[in-house]
Amino acid sequence: MNATTTQQTTPATTTIPSDPPVKMECRDLSVFYAEKQALNGVDLDIREKQVTALIGPSGCGKSTFLRCLNRMNDTVDIARVEGKVLLDGRDIYDPDVDVVELRADVGMVFQKPNPFPKSIYENVAYGPRIHGLARGKDEMDAIVEKSLKRAGLWKEVSDRLAEPGTGLSGGQQQRLCIARAIAVSPAVILMDEPCSALDPIATAIVEELIDELRQRYTIVIVTHSMQQAARVSQETAFFHLGNIVETGITDDIFTNPKDPRTESYISGRIG
Amino acid sequence: MTDPAPNPAIAVGAATDDRAARSTRTRKRFAAERRFRFYGLAAVLTAFGFLILLLSTVIGNAIPAFTYNYAQLPVELTNEKLTPENAAEFDFRKTVHAAQLSLFPDISDRAGRRLVRGIFSSGTPIVVRGEVAANTDWIGTRQIIPVPVSDDADLYLKGLVDTDLPESQRNISDAEIALVDQLVERGLIERQFNTIFFTNGASREPEMAGIMGALIGSLLTLSITLLLSAPIGVLAAIYLEEFAPKNRLTDFIEVNINNLAAVPSIVFGLLGLAVFLNFMEFPRSAPLVGGMVLALMTLPTVIIASRAALRAVPPSIREAALGIGASRIQTVFHHVLPLAMPGILTGTIIGMAGALGETAPLLMIGMVAFVVDLPAAVTDPATVLPVQIYMWADFPEIGFQQKTAAAIVILLLFLIAMNAIAVWLRSRFERRW
Ligand SMILES: Nc1ncnc2c1ncn2[C@@H]1O[C@H](COP(=O)(O)OP(=O)(O)OP(=O)(O)O)[C@@H](O)[C@H]1O
Ligand SMILES: [Mg+2]
Repeated sequence: MNATTTQQTTPATTTIPSDPPVKMECRDLSVFYAEKQALNGVDLDIREKQVTALIGPSGCGKSTFLRCLNRMNDTVDIARVEGKVLLDGRDIYDPDVDVVELRADVGMVFQKPNPFPKSIYENVAYGPRIHGLARGKDEMDAIVEKSLKRAGLWKEVSDRLAEPGTGLSGGQQQRLCIARAIAVSPAVILMDEPCSALDPIATAIVEELIDELRQRYTIVIVTHSMQQAARVSQETAFFHLGNIVETGITDDIFTNPKDPRTESYISGRIG
Repeated sequence: MTDPAPNPAIAVGAATDDRAARSTRTRKRFAAERRFRFYGLAAVLTAFGFLILLLSTVIGNAIPAFTYNYAQLPVELTNEKLTPENAAEFDFRKTVHAAQLSLFPDISDRAGRRLVRGIFSSGTPIVVRGEVAANTDWIGTRQIIPVPVSDDADLYLKGLVDTDLPESQRNISDAEIALVDQLVERGLIERQFNTIFFTNGASREPEMAGIMGALIGSLLTLSITLLLSAPIGVLAAIYLEEFAPKNRLTDFIEVNINNLAAVPSIVFGLLGLAVFLNFMEFPRSAPLVGGMVLALMTLPTVIIASRAALRAVPPSIREAALGIGASRIQTVFHHVLPLAMPGILTGTIIGMAGALGETAPLLMIGMVAFVVDLPAAVTDPATVLPVQIYMWADFPEIGFQQKTAAAIVILLLFLIAMNAIAVWLRSRFERRW
């Protein structure tokens, strides 16, 4: 059940030629909301340039776990985090780690598209600006264009960058949020049910995009859709009541789950 | 009703009953809606009626005060002691009295002379001095200078004196009326815009009293109030809403802010008297102290409104900014505050409007001062519009009654101007997308 055993089981059935290196490591991670414990000391390895899907029934702690990876839980007054989260071997909960830098490295896309009430250009340019990533307008223009291209939105919005970001369709807004996250060149992108507010066509576009982004970024995605997890992810972690019950290669988990709880969830009996 | 009916006949009967019951319900609902609409409309119309009544009485009373009757006075500026240098301090009483009498050559007895003087404002020498000081090349010549008539003569000329009353019951005697009528016949009376009302400070004489002193006093006081309460209030709200940890202390502060908003304003006046005047020894009657007292009074309003505005900004905006690595300060100042700005402005303006109409706390710190000179700095003695209205309403002269109404109109205009600025600012800050 813990990460080491998973690692030992993977080589036998792997479809990946060689195991990609571990980008983020969670060790004995617990989260408390006031007195209530939401995560019970979980361990998980997140591999570089892979899509890791977090699945599990509602309220099992997927969002809580995801928000630990870029310390968004810091903004919740009653939340307390214990344990370690290593990014490239360095504990992000170290007192001398700057959350601002961390969140530039580990970007986040939320469940509901939440563009700023500003222009499309400004939405993408804001992150690079506050982090001082662009010198001059030309560099900024280049960053905005590159980010929008990578998010697959450039063709649709290139002629109306000055228009409000909130005027786009839901799917376009979500891709704008992805572009916004990409613009600060993060290493990891966290996505909390990024397609739950989208229709099937927009969902398909975003899924395709996630698959492309895997070339450059490590992605962790929370999803309620088994099909989505199967389609976009290479690794899957199954959460249940604040524990990680099973982790492994996505194909293995879906074809050959080891834990009975995983099996009944995948086949639709829990959740 | 959803139970399967054992007998089809009963089921049909039930369905008919159901339909009948439903249509009575619908009728009742429609009737209730109609009734409610009627009550609502009646309430709005009543409120509107009262507003019209209020405005029409105030404006009706105020209109006469905006004009004044001036007499064309031929003044001989030939006194050899009068020079361009001393014109601003020269005593024009003798000159003016001579000029007034020259209008009525056939009057020569003492009583007649007093009568003649009585139909002119006792401030006439001051008006003449002002004119001459502004036009020193008049010295040594004869000039026709329009001077205000006395307030009773003015009321008579405006038709506000009931001449059918016995002479003892009015302020203007038949003899005075005869003199005034004579001036009118000779075309020497002219009704003009009442510049004195708009440029002068306080005076015991209704015709010499103006609103300018109180207007400047209100402006100075409100500037101080705004300068103190807007930044302090908004910063306090930002801190409490965005940064402060939720614990006993902040709960306690929150409860106390809410309580302070309900404290009667005179208590803030007492506080100002005790702290700012007696302890810190700031000058009495000064807009500085008035502004500080009113700032204390408006702070809770500003804080509460600003907090509500900040809370209304969706948390997703904060998450979005934090999620791409904006610091908390950047999040607040780049994203949350601009979105909360319209609400904050509304709250601030409501607070300022309350402060503009406030009288009681200012009485406590001596802003009832009788100030003839226009205040030039925030430490000069001054009064404010509502206090001026209160003082004028207390004076027995009928001339002051019009001034009271006129001052109320000015106060309302001030308020409308403030609200207009607020609406304009809000529309500038508002972003619908
Ligand atoms: N801000 C919070 N304050 C208190 N409790 C919280 C808070 N956020 C989450 N929880 C609790 O923590 C537990 C895990 O919540 P979490 O949001 O991580 O679940 P989830 O797996 O993301 O569920 P879903 O699939 O419905 O989004 C839940 O029991 C929830 O009630
Ligand atoms: Mg969730």
